[in-house]
Amino acid sequence: MAGYTKTNITPPRWLLAELTYACPLQCPYCANPIDYAKHDSEISTDDWKRVLTQARKMGAVQLGFSGGEPLTRKDLAELVKHARDLGYYSNLITSGYGLTEEKIIELKDAGLDHIQVSIQASSQELNDHIAGTTSFEHKKQVAHLVKKHGYPMVLCVVIHRENIHQMADILAMAEDLGADYLELANTQYYGWAHANRDLLLPTKEQFEKAEKIAQAFKETVAGKMKIYYVVPDFHEDRPKACMNGWGTTFLTIAPDGVALPCHSARELPNLDCPNVNDVSISDIWNDSKAFNFFRGDDWMQEPCRSCDEKEKDKGGCRCQAYLLAGDMYATDPVCSKSPKHSVIEEAIASARKSALAENEKPLIFRNSKNSRLLS
Amino acid sequence: MTLNTDLPIQFSRTHRLQWEEAQQKNVILYPEGMVELNESSAEILKLCDGTRTLAQIVSDLEEKFATQGLYNDINAFLEVALQNGWIHQN
Repeated sequence: MAGYTKTNITPPRWLLAELTYACPLQCPYCANPIDYAKHDSEISTDDWKRVLTQARKMGAVQLGFSGGEPLTRKDLAELVKHARDLGYYSNLITSGYGLTEEKIIELKDAGLDHIQVSIQASSQELNDHIAGTTSFEHKKQVAHLVKKHGYPMVLCVVIHRENIHQMADILAMAEDLGADYLELANTQYYGWAHANRDLLLPTKEQFEKAEKIAQAFKETVAGKMKIYYVVPDFHEDRPKACMNGWGTTFLTIAPDGVALPCHSARELPNLDCPNVNDVSISDIWNDSKAFNFFRGDDWMQEPCRSCDEKEKDKGGCRCQAYLLAGDMYATDPVCSKSPKHSVIEEAIASARKSALAENEKPLIFRNSKNSRLLS
Repeated sequence: MTLNTDLPIQFSRTHRLQWEEAQQKNVILYPEGMVELNESSAEILKLCDGTRTLAQIVSDLEEKFATQGLYNDINAFLEVALQNGWIHQN
């Protein structure tokens, strides 16, 4: 063996600060880990400031304040101010729940650049059902206030089988609310969404119909509204280049200070993800086991190893390989070249069967009680 | 949407143009995104301050870099900038 050569390490550009797992909403596709209730400690304001300073020094420039619901942190404005002083572009990723005009102004004065508001559906009934909280009218008011105070406004709608039929209405709502950007995020099936997949995964026909509507709309709003379309990878032939490659661009810090190469990486075994209270961001990024684990392509198995597309998709998503193929080193089973690709076809068939069943089982909502039950 | 040569050009209020020390280049920042700029693009955008028209930007840069014939390149870049929402006129 020629000895271990360290892959060329690029600096982080994106810092996702998951300030808290606390959230008043209960969305059944939440990106937080299923066992989030076990990790209920939160690092302090000073810890966050140190993290922001260290990551910025390395070159991180886009900063997402996320959660849970980041507004539940009392020190949010203080952290936004610190981020602005350091030169970050700060994005607040919020449900809008509890966001008042006063708070919007306070955050603007502190230097917040942009607010992304999530809406769960185009109708009150479905929005409030999916969110598990009465929130639809308030969210629409928040969207207006975000615009009123001069922020670029991104509306984010997670798409799944319960709301995909509303695509045309969702687009009309975004236009009506004056969104500058609309993120149509097809559900990614990790964590809570994985647990609810039979109830959330749309059929291929539904995807194709919704995508066609979204594409046609994109042309009519060109120049006014940008649309980010997060691809539903279950219905693709090739996997996504997850996180733009492991440890190349993205750094997530979980509420308890655990540093993750992607926000789902907590689900992977034996990574020994480091904590910002033990090591510096620079040591975490450059030297930790977790961040070097899937850097480069030495870790790849066949068919990835000899594939001429490996530079493009980096072997796909490690969490998806682990969840669906039972092996985090495997080719992402979304890839039609994967020997385990049949699990994707089975998942699609199982969801279709569930959609046609007379008595669908209920959605598992994301809350602390269910988190404890499932972990 | 094309550039109006009579109107001054303003850099977008919902984007941010800034120097990145770590990358040694100027970038445009916007919601969840970043565009890296080469030197000449950054020089052009810095002059989009809401007072200068296309012709003025061209003459200012030709003077600054003691050169001529920049009109076509600058015009082409600003058309791209307009399409991307980095600048506006009103």
